[in-house]
Amino acid sequence: MNQHITASREIADPPHAGPDLSQDVVRLVDLRRRFGATPAIDGISLTVRKGEILGIIGRSGAGKSTLIRCLNGLERPDSGKVFIEGREISRLGERDLQPLRRRIGMIFQHFNLLSAKTVEDNVALPLKIEGRPKAERLARAAELLELVGLSEKARAYPASLSGGQKQRVGIARALAARPALLLSDEATSALDPETTRSILALLKDINRQLGLTILLITHEMEVIRSIADRVAVIDAGRIVEQGPVWSVFAEPQSDITKSLLGAIRPQLPAELAARLLPASGAETILRVDVAGEAASGPLLSDLAIAVPGAFRLVHGGIDHIQQQPVGTLFLSVAGSDASHLAAVITFLKARQARVEVLGHVASPV
Amino acid sequence: MSPVLFELLLRSIWETVLMTAASGLISLVFGLPLGLALIATERGGIAESLWVNRVLGAIINGFRSVPFIILLVALIPLTRLIVGTSIGTWAAIVPLSIAATPYYARIAEVSLREVDHGLIEAARAMGGNRWTIIREVLVPEALPGIVAGFTVTLVTLIGASAMAGAIGAGGLGDLAIRYGYQRFETSVMVAVVIVLIILVCGIQWAGDRLVARLDRRG
Repeated sequence: MNQHITASREIADPPHAGPDLSQDVVRLVDLRRRFGATPAIDGISLTVRKGEILGIIGRSGAGKSTLIRCLNGLERPDSGKVFIEGREISRLGERDLQPLRRRIGMIFQHFNLLSAKTVEDNVALPLKIEGRPKAERLARAAELLELVGLSEKARAYPASLSGGQKQRVGIARALAARPALLLSDEATSALDPETTRSILALLKDINRQLGLTILLITHEMEVIRSIADRVAVIDAGRIVEQGPVWSVFAEPQSDITKSLLGAIRPQLPAELAARLLPASGAETILRVDVAGEAASGPLLSDLAIAVPGAFRLVHGGIDHIQQQPVGTLFLSVAGSDASHLAAVITFLKARQARVEVLGHVASPV
Repeated sequence: MSPVLFELLLRSIWETVLMTAASGLISLVFGLPLGLALIATERGGIAESLWVNRVLGAIINGFRSVPFIILLVALIPLTRLIVGTSIGTWAAIVPLSIAATPYYARIAEVSLREVDHGLIEAARAMGGNRWTIIREVLVPEALPGIVAGFTVTLVTLIGASAMAGAIGAGGLGDLAIRYGYQRFETSVMVAVVIVLIILVCGIQWAGDRLVARLDRRG
């Protein structure tokens, strides 16, 4: 039904007006690849829709690098299928892969710029490989350097650039041949937090302005949080969880997702966690996860009215992910009265919050 | 030093320069592709072929293990075939080139292997073929090392050319042995040593300058 609406809207709208959901840029079907006895990819199926940013996250060694390299034929799967813009490529020979790779830009953790070439020659290299005339190459390089904000560095050599500038050159180079898909292999992992933010903002910009589909792999949830539309969590070569970023953040299902989220979601302060007792105490500590509507309303003041009695906000906060509020709150409920606690929990659950009793503390915090 | 000896010195300098330059050039022309072939065919190379790699390696090692003075004599039939004679400066260029080519191939191989594999992967990801990788990545990125290695090869060739006197090729080494040592002409010996020092320093200086200009790695 949705597809029909999208398709009919396409006729009225100019091309590149927005993400065209009718076509998958990438489709993987039961991809498998092992190195010796250990499987690097153990049956992965996923799709990347046109115009979206899909983030793949996992710990190092989870199979992310192998997976992303299967998409442009740098790595060959043992079995399974890789469709790029509808074409199956996993069995293509090197010669047939070459024109296809020109449709796919790639950026790297360590930038991989050629030290012997100037910035503009680095950016123009994909066009040189395509056999374009020199004037066209340089004009396109100038255009892209403008886009990434490095016009004045055109004649410089990469060695004189900072890490962030190098990655901007890498991005400009990846865009030179007007690819349909951009692969990002831990592109911000070697950069400091501030530079990471500026590179991610640039990628988001490019995604919006050019409608470019981006598939990125990372081990940092912060990267997923700031730019991805959808996320797939992989562990030991398998997808353990996937979905829109805000919903995965709001309700992580797997332990690995929870632990990856731990770095950016509120956690119970360590000194409080150390004082937790399993049995009853003076106060009960609750973890309350809220998302969407539950997080937009006056949840806590409503709770105070509905269930009179002392509760305090100990820690937590509301984050906005893809314009959706996603929050984690730690509440301390006073008293050892079980019915009072039950009333609090019942109220919160009725408001679509997820509540977990973490434990009790003997004296007030 | 008598004018006759001085003229002999000048001629010997020319012979040494000619032998070094000609065999150096030949070793560059054949040694660099050989070095490329070695790293292209090795495990994980852009044209992996372990069989070819092993055969090439064995041939190179074979030539490199024969002392030059023996190679000089052993190659006489080949020299005669190529140059038409087995005596003289041009005849010495054949064994010198054949000794220097595998030597330079190994040096070039080391420089080429140091090129970051990520750069090769980036070129492949852009849709580059093997030729692109060689022309745009391997050779330009390894160029400082390739030039530095060529400098070393030239200096080594100056030393090796001293032995070429054994087949009547002349040169500075030959002059030093026949006049400086055998006829006790100390001034010739001293002059030859000074000229050799100047030659070697000059080549090394020019090579270092060129490497510094080519090296953009910061």
